[in-house]
Amino acid sequence: MPAAKAGPFNGPDARGRFSGYGGRFVPETLMGPLEELEKAYRDAVLDPGFHKELDRLFRTYAGRPTPLTPARRFAAHIGKGRIYLKREDLTHTGAHKINNALGQILLARRMGKSRIIAETGAGQHGVATATVAALFGMECEIYMGTEDMRRQALNVFRMRLLGAKVRPVDSGSRTLKDAINEAMRDWVTNVADTHYLLGSVLGAHPYPWMVRDFQAVIGREAREQILAAEGRLPELLVACVGGGSNAIGLFYDFLREPGIRMIGVEAGGRGPALGDHAARFEGGSKGVLQGTLSYVLQDENGQIAGTHSVSAGLDYPAIGPEHAALHDSGRVQYTSVRDEAALEAFRLLSRTEGIIPALESAHAIAELLRRGPELEPDTLVIVNLSGRGDKDVNQVAEILNQDDLKGRSE
Amino acid sequence: MERAQKMNKRANTRFAMERAQKMNKRANTRFAPTECEAHMPRRIGEKFRVLKAGGGKAFIPFIMAGDPDLESTVRLVPELERAGSHIVELGIPFSDPVADGPTIQRAGARALRHGYAMKDYLKAVERIRRQTGVPLLLFSYYNPIYRYGLEALARDARQAGADGVLVTDITPEEGEEYCACLERNGLDPVFLAAPTSSAERIEKIAACSRGFVYVVSRTGVTGAQQELSGAVRPTVERVRRHTELPVAVGFGISHPDQVRAVWQVCEGAVVGSAIVGAMEKVRDPSRLLPEVGEFCGWLTGKKNSHL
Repeated sequence: MPAAKAGPFNGPDARGRFSGYGGRFVPETLMGPLEELEKAYRDAVLDPGFHKELDRLFRTYAGRPTPLTPARRFAAHIGKGRIYLKREDLTHTGAHKINNALGQILLARRMGKSRIIAETGAGQHGVATATVAALFGMECEIYMGTEDMRRQALNVFRMRLLGAKVRPVDSGSRTLKDAINEAMRDWVTNVADTHYLLGSVLGAHPYPWMVRDFQAVIGREAREQILAAEGRLPELLVACVGGGSNAIGLFYDFLREPGIRMIGVEAGGRGPALGDHAARFEGGSKGVLQGTLSYVLQDENGQIAGTHSVSAGLDYPAIGPEHAALHDSGRVQYTSVRDEAALEAFRLLSRTEGIIPALESAHAIAELLRRGPELEPDTLVIVNLSGRGDKDVNQVAEILNQDDLKGRSE
Repeated sequence: MERAQKMNKRANTRFAMERAQKMNKRANTRFAPTECEAHMPRRIGEKFRVLKAGGGKAFIPFIMAGDPDLESTVRLVPELERAGSHIVELGIPFSDPVADGPTIQRAGARALRHGYAMKDYLKAVERIRRQTGVPLLLFSYYNPIYRYGLEALARDARQAGADGVLVTDITPEEGEEYCACLERNGLDPVFLAAPTSSAERIEKIAACSRGFVYVVSRTGVTGAQQELSGAVRPTVERVRRHTELPVAVGFGISHPDQVRAVWQVCEGAVVGSAIVGAMEKVRDPSRLLPEVGEFCGWLTGKKNSHL
């Protein structure tokens, strides 16, 4: 097997390992399809036509490049730093998820698959998948936990409007993890004609590698844009981390620059007790979940623990294997932000910049608020605004009642 | 330097595979145990050998340990043997069983509610072993085993009296250390072969398996089916090209006709969801053992009626 096209730092190697993390831990029935997918991706990577078509779709369909917006009033609120927002919220469908969905549906077509399945947590990946399936005229089924369907009713409606079937998943914690289990069971059963369009840098090899490559467009654009705007590279990058695809997408192109600090922000939820958060590096340990070896929230018997986050997109007990490698090497620093701080950031960015962030992205904004005192006046920062918050307004309205909002208005 | 290490590793893997193939051949062609096996009986291979000599086929039921509780499991296994089982597959539950359909998911969830630790399951194996010599194959997912520690698990499972291990999300590619640990402790690694497995993969699977090769009857998760998949015979035949090990077929087998059909193409039939489903229907706990026994008798064609 030829070695994977290694990234500048972490690979993966030919077995799909990032410094030991990752790999391919799946039932035998899926090994053939994963080998087929890996081969199709290797062929595609070497095919200029594939890149050309993806690039065309990025420009003409997804709305790329997305702007890099200076956040002056937000920076003034912090009092220091030159802060830019990478506006993935402005892509078609409203989150970075479309980048990966477009890449994978091109692959699915190359492999001759006619049916697309996917899991979704916040619904953004489900919407992106339903969208590209509609664009390519493919049958589409999306697995979604019933708890997430309740939290993200608007996205459920959007997926159905786009022609996808939304399959409610009522097992386990009824969130993203359980939706992935169910999607894997579907894939095991229907491998012949079905492509599993996994939405993050999770799962078995080649997904973490392939999804990272599709998302790396975020960082490539950001590099060009910041150089054009400021004539220099940033000093700090901040992104939220669920599975970790928006974070790795922003970080990847900058990893080779030693002077740039990077912070991944996990969901701190309600607090540090197991089951109350999704901070894998703080509360987790090495384990194997859904095909990959990484940091996992689990009990002492190796059973996967429940998680909680106000944000459905971060509510997952494992983290992408490349993040595990970046964590152990110290290249990226990981931290966590609690629900209430994320809600505060959600509100603050809306008022200072006229941008309603997704609750996921609000975790990255909150981390920057906390770091404010550490910044210098000219510290150049890019925050990945991975998605827009329209999908979250109902849920947030339930939590912060209207009176509360009025009472706090400036 | 790194490349040299990689090449070494690759050479070692190949060596291990060749050795495993040789050992497979040996296990099948010589009836007397080898020296290293002399003090460690390989009950699974021995059971298939005895069955073959008598023209019989293996009936291999699956139950989830801890469903409805471990006390029942300890009493059920000897009952399964009395009812005509030759090997028993004992599930160790995992919170996220991606290879299992709803019936076995429910059984796992019932067991997990007790909060048993791995050592509780191993203690149950030990108690079962005191009552019966039926070969026991532990059936689980990687994470609970990884968490317990591969070497510790292999040692403790063997000491408790287990004979083999099947981990659904471990394939030969990720199984190097796992196989070595089992091998060192005299446990048989059993791997799955699927209709989607390429010839190259089947060769690897056959080379790494001991005891028998478990052929998955169809693509999909566990669960009772009306019809036996047409993929069974070709997959079994493809496995036979690479090994002389016995072959057993599982996934979806739920009726005596299917058991008989499987026995016509290979050495063993595994029934899981149908038995677990029958257990779910038993309302009176005191009737659990006789009803499961009767159901197994029906499956193997020894009794006419079932639940």
